[in-house]
Amino acid sequence: MTTRIVELRQGVLKKNDELARKLRERFNAAGVLVLNLVSSPGTGKTAFLERTLRELHQSGARVAALVGDLETDNDARRLAASGAPVRQINTHGICHLDAEMIDKHLDGWNLADLDYLFIENVGNLVCPSSYDLGERIRVALLSVTEGEDKPLKYPTLFNSADAAIITKIDIAEAVGFDRAAALQSIDQIRPGIRVFETSARSGAGMDTWFAYLKAQR
Amino acid sequence: MHELSLASSIVDAVTESLAPYPGARVKEVRLRVGALAAVEEESLQFCFGIATENTPLAGAALVIAIVPVGGHCPACAKDVEIASLRSFRCPVCGGPVENTSRGRELEIDSIEIEDKEETVQS
Repeated sequence: MTTRIVELRQGVLKKNDELARKLRERFNAAGVLVLNLVSSPGTGKTAFLERTLRELHQSGARVAALVGDLETDNDARRLAASGAPVRQINTHGICHLDAEMIDKHLDGWNLADLDYLFIENVGNLVCPSSYDLGERIRVALLSVTEGEDKPLKYPTLFNSADAAIITKIDIAEAVGFDRAAALQSIDQIRPGIRVFETSARSGAGMDTWFAYLKAQR
Repeated sequence: MHELSLASSIVDAVTESLAPYPGARVKEVRLRVGALAAVEEESLQFCFGIATENTPLAGAALVIAIVPVGGHCPACAKDVEIASLRSFRCPVCGGPVENTSRGRELEIDSIEIEDKEETVQS
């Protein structure tokens, strides 16, 4: 018997990263802007996306969405009411979406016919940060009911985000939301990031969000 | 929470790398994990024990080296290390640090194996 050391220097998520790179090339070639929306459960990703899809669809933009949950197609049915094509991804216990799930669920869609593709990740602020889905923009969402220091508690996710969205600002006053503290904790973890303060219910802040989306295309 | 998926990926990658060493047993797996990689060490150790059962990695030790977080400070025009995960600002000038790519590693560095010498191929 011989004992030997074998050098591997291989990424544990190599397969996911390689597939995500291919997806990104496909998305770029098709000219579709892909966004990955990540937050805790209950932040209001679905409500935010509902309004985003509806308004973009009505304005004539070509939008579609993939939505991840452990079980049920409730969110896909909610989002489909916007008129945009929507597909549900059920992960059956897995706490995040990965590149392979995205790849499989794109079958039959002509990406060149789309302007925007939104991916709503599984509600989780830890695991989705490790899995590249080939998106161009990763969006971290935080609601006014969650605690202003959440970015400090989950630096991995917030530091990897390209944009941050504060949701439910219509009830900010009722829940005693400390806006300055929230903005400061976001800035500590991801200095200089674009922050949007929105309400899917009242529509506040959505215009700025749409202007940003348009400028990214 | 995704440590079991990670442990399974490690087992798959290591098992594939054993192709040139038939019958080899893995004694140790050395992993480099970034401080920002969202990996809980204790949980990964636990899952590694489960994922390696009935594989050539059964009983192997998982040795984890933590990689500190670093990025680029455009103001200082150099790479800097971040002292605390509570503030992603340059320790020298206080400006924002960009491209925090160091500290997200999740990499199998090397493995220690025990094999029968006659089966070794170079």
